[in-house]
Amino acid sequence: MATVTVKDTGTKARKPPRLIETREHTVEIVSDPGEGAQKCGQIFGAVAAKMGNGAWTVELIPAEIQPPPRIPAGASGNRIRIGSGPVTNWGDHANVVVAFNEQVLLNRHRVDGLAEDAVVLLENMWKEHPDETIRKQWVAAMKEISSKRYRVIEVPMDELCRTVVEDPRKGKNMFVLGVLSWIYQRDMDLVRDQIGFAFRTKSEEIYEKNVALLELGYGWAEENLDFQVLIAPEAPDVPMVVMNGNQAVALGAAAAGFEMTAMYPITPATSASFLLGEMFQDFGGILHQAEDEIAAVGVAVGASYAGKTALTITSGPGLALKTEFLGLAAMTEVPLVVVDVQRGGPATGLPTKVEQSDLLASLFGQPGDAPHVVMAAATIEDCFHSMVTARRIAETFRMLVIVLTDANLATGVQPFPRPDPQLSWIAPPIDQSPVPPDVRPYDWDPKTGLSRRFIPGQPGGMHTVTGLQHDENSKVAYSSDVVQRSSTMRSRKLAVLQQALTPPEVHGDDEGDLLVVGWGSTKGAIEEAVDRTREEGLSVSSLHLRFLSPLEPGLKEIFSRFKRVMTVEINYSDDLGDPYITEENRRYGQLAWLLRAHTLVDVDCWTRVLGEPLRPGSIHDAIVGRLVRDGKIGSAPRRGKKQGKGGAA
Amino acid sequence: MIATCSLLQASLGGDERVFSMQDYEGAQARWCSGCGDHAVLTAAQRLLAEEQLKPETTVFVSGIGCSSRFPHYMRTYGFHGLHGRALPVATGIKLHRPDLDVFVTMGDGDCTSIGAAHWIHAIRYNMDMVVVMLDNGIYGLTKNQTSPTTPEGYPSYTQPHGSFLPPMNPLQATLGVTNASFVAQTAEWVPQHLFATLQAANRHKGFSFVRILQRCPEYTPDLFQLAVKKPDKLMLIEHEDGVLVPDLHEIYKNRRSHDPRDIEIGRRLAEQNEPIPLGVLFRDESRPRYEETRRVRKFSAEDKVKRLNEELDTYAV
Ligand SMILES: Cc1ncc(C[n+]2csc(CCOP(=O)(O)OP(=O)(O)O)c2C)c(N)n1
Ligand code: SF4
Ligand SMILES: [Mg+2]
Repeated sequence: MATVTVKDTGTKARKPPRLIETREHTVEIVSDPGEGAQKCGQIFGAVAAKMGNGAWTVELIPAEIQPPPRIPAGASGNRIRIGSGPVTNWGDHANVVVAFNEQVLLNRHRVDGLAEDAVVLLENMWKEHPDETIRKQWVAAMKEISSKRYRVIEVPMDELCRTVVEDPRKGKNMFVLGVLSWIYQRDMDLVRDQIGFAFRTKSEEIYEKNVALLELGYGWAEENLDFQVLIAPEAPDVPMVVMNGNQAVALGAAAAGFEMTAMYPITPATSASFLLGEMFQDFGGILHQAEDEIAAVGVAVGASYAGKTALTITSGPGLALKTEFLGLAAMTEVPLVVVDVQRGGPATGLPTKVEQSDLLASLFGQPGDAPHVVMAAATIEDCFHSMVTARRIAETFRMLVIVLTDANLATGVQPFPRPDPQLSWIAPPIDQSPVPPDVRPYDWDPKTGLSRRFIPGQPGGMHTVTGLQHDENSKVAYSSDVVQRSSTMRSRKLAVLQQALTPPEVHGDDEGDLLVVGWGSTKGAIEEAVDRTREEGLSVSSLHLRFLSPLEPGLKEIFSRFKRVMTVEINYSDDLGDPYITEENRRYGQLAWLLRAHTLVDVDCWTRVLGEPLRPGSIHDAIVGRLVRDGKIGSAPRRGKKQGKGGAA
Repeated sequence: MIATCSLLQASLGGDERVFSMQDYEGAQARWCSGCGDHAVLTAAQRLLAEEQLKPETTVFVSGIGCSSRFPHYMRTYGFHGLHGRALPVATGIKLHRPDLDVFVTMGDGDCTSIGAAHWIHAIRYNMDMVVVMLDNGIYGLTKNQTSPTTPEGYPSYTQPHGSFLPPMNPLQATLGVTNASFVAQTAEWVPQHLFATLQAANRHKGFSFVRILQRCPEYTPDLFQLAVKKPDKLMLIEHEDGVLVPDLHEIYKNRRSHDPRDIEIGRRLAEQNEPIPLGVLFRDESRPRYEETRRVRKFSAEDKVKRLNEELDTYAV
């Protein structure tokens, strides 16, 4: 570790800074909660997108709501990965980290979040702090991080910010934004615009102060730092928007014509509802906060039954509570869309952290046979478009559609091509025409199971829908033939949908030694890892599933072209080689379970539950590990670093 | 069941249809003979005919229980859902479609036990619907288990030596919730009173909660035996703004006048068990109704696309 103490050198002439030209760089900004690192990171990410860089912004969220100051567990902030081209995931390690104290820096160090040669810009007010304990903590921290080759640059943030604001805790973030803006050669007009946008509800005076701090940081960096980074943007040739996955869900819901969303607050799903609640004012919709998740889904079912398909948004524990109503929706064929923004589980689990552990619960959580659709958004852009697709399927097939996203998508921010909302995406107005005398409420087409739904207000259509087994007339029926027939009809619809789906595309060659299969938010990281292994000459491809029920067509045939198939997922599975774990009792990752049952192929899995998104480097190592075990290669050089325990299963 | 009423073929333009009680008859009711639910069904059909509610814009919503079979026996739209969950479904229907007339039928277990959270909140929402709780003091459909309204000491299969707890008083509970706007009690064996109460409930704008004392000859045959036999066991709570049935005066001597705007006296009456008060205990139409508070302007699809594009502008790179 090299420590550089940079003193303000005034206007003395100095060497021009070294310019690092690169295709991508990763920055982290960490502080105690309340010091505004997140706001700084968000603005920095937005500016990157606006300048035409690819970007992926992730929130680093402390586990506790109000942790004491200066503890590693309180680290709060953002990681922003910037690229020349599109960036699809949060990457492996940060190249530059700005830390407001040495304790939050320790957090990032301990989770192996920083590159071996990372540049650390560290607030130095703690080094000579009057409190001896703090001084000692500083020394201990410096010792701890000396195991790495970080270049630590001390920054007198507090001291300098005091020249502009009384309480530097409320200003350092803009100072840091200025420092980063100089390093990364940001367009300062854009940065000022973004500050204006971020503080649009605040006074002019606050805006002026923030800009003064920004310029202070910029000036300090210009005079004191000896490097700059150039990530030349390959500006995309289509108009782009930048947002997080929850915002995309909300905008997608509006684009799909939803008019009713019922929810109960739960992290990390809630913010989607904030936006919808605000937008519905201008779209003629209602966001209803129910007394609990059961009521939320009940209200959605009631609204769907009475008119347009409704939506409910939740996360794992809420999904569990909604279970009985999901079965009712399937049984009554009331169309319904449920978004599950997955978090770590079971029980309260890891409320703010990502996991992909609700797949099997979404598929099979309902008692009895309740055929329904399960889709998973793979990107933030998908979060938007899935809503349109989901509503359409729900209405066409009179079905429950569950859309899975997760905390990684929900809080990740990424630019993507601007959607072009279509009139046809929006559901037509409620049909109130009379029902012809010979039409029955469940007039199942014996081939497809499809039937036309009619709703209250349509003369001649009066009937009672029921959660009991029922026949075409919606009459309660217990006879064997009706039970078998109605079950068949409800199930048949899934087969019809499956045949309408296109087979998934293979990323990489169509055949080879290993096919990695993923679903949900891991797409970017998996494909980046696969690309690295391919550059190393390994015969690896990947495939990403967006439909989990019904599964996309052609899987078995695709699998047959690879010597080995392995899922990569953020959920729990046993590792072979661990005590007691055998081929016979091993618990598989959730997609692996499904694919094994579906294709009878001996699908392997590599899964981790680390409370953070998978890093491409770790996936790379898992792939290499798998190929080594299969004897396809000897031991290959490791590119990434271990994330959590074990390289491959 | 699909309606085959010949009148439906008539032009709907200037609606000249006239509905009789028979027009509201759905499937053949399958309750035990002597079950009090039959009387409630008749009263509901009579009410709809009297008020000429259109079958296609009327929805009966229920949970699960003997009493929750109700919608099947009506020829209106119906939603027979989950045990305890009638009210969220009704809330969704009314919120999305304030134009519909919504009736909710629940059992005592349905409403006050498994559905208790929804009950409390639905009172607060105060949406315009008629909500009847058919209280037989027992779980009927599942055959004789103690309910929250089972009298203390009254045996069932789950508490064979008698219910351990003092029964819950649903009237008091309802009257204790902020924004309650209509609370009444009636008994199915006094059909005129039952009808008059349902009519008052239907005419009230807001969440009209009616507890209907209901005989279950199968499992609680003696629960209301005395009250049925001895009119003195009942007390008619009368008012022009509540329920007033002069025809009943000959039999029911026990009466008192009560202005339903007075919640304090309403609460005191709700507390009383002997004699059993029948009538409107509280009514206040000035309370805010959620479907009105939440009424939204409707926008055309073109408008929505335009607005969405404006929204997307704020995220544009
Ligand atoms: C979730 C769930 N739990 C339990 C049941 C079983 N169950 C059906 S009806 C009922 C109680 C019915 O009693 P009540 O609500 O008083 O209606 P009644 O039959 O007396 O009219 C129970 C426990 C169920 N259907 N669903
Ligand atoms: S069990 Fe009781 S409540 Fe149920 S139908 Fe029979 S008499 Fe009525
Ligand atoms: Mg009962």
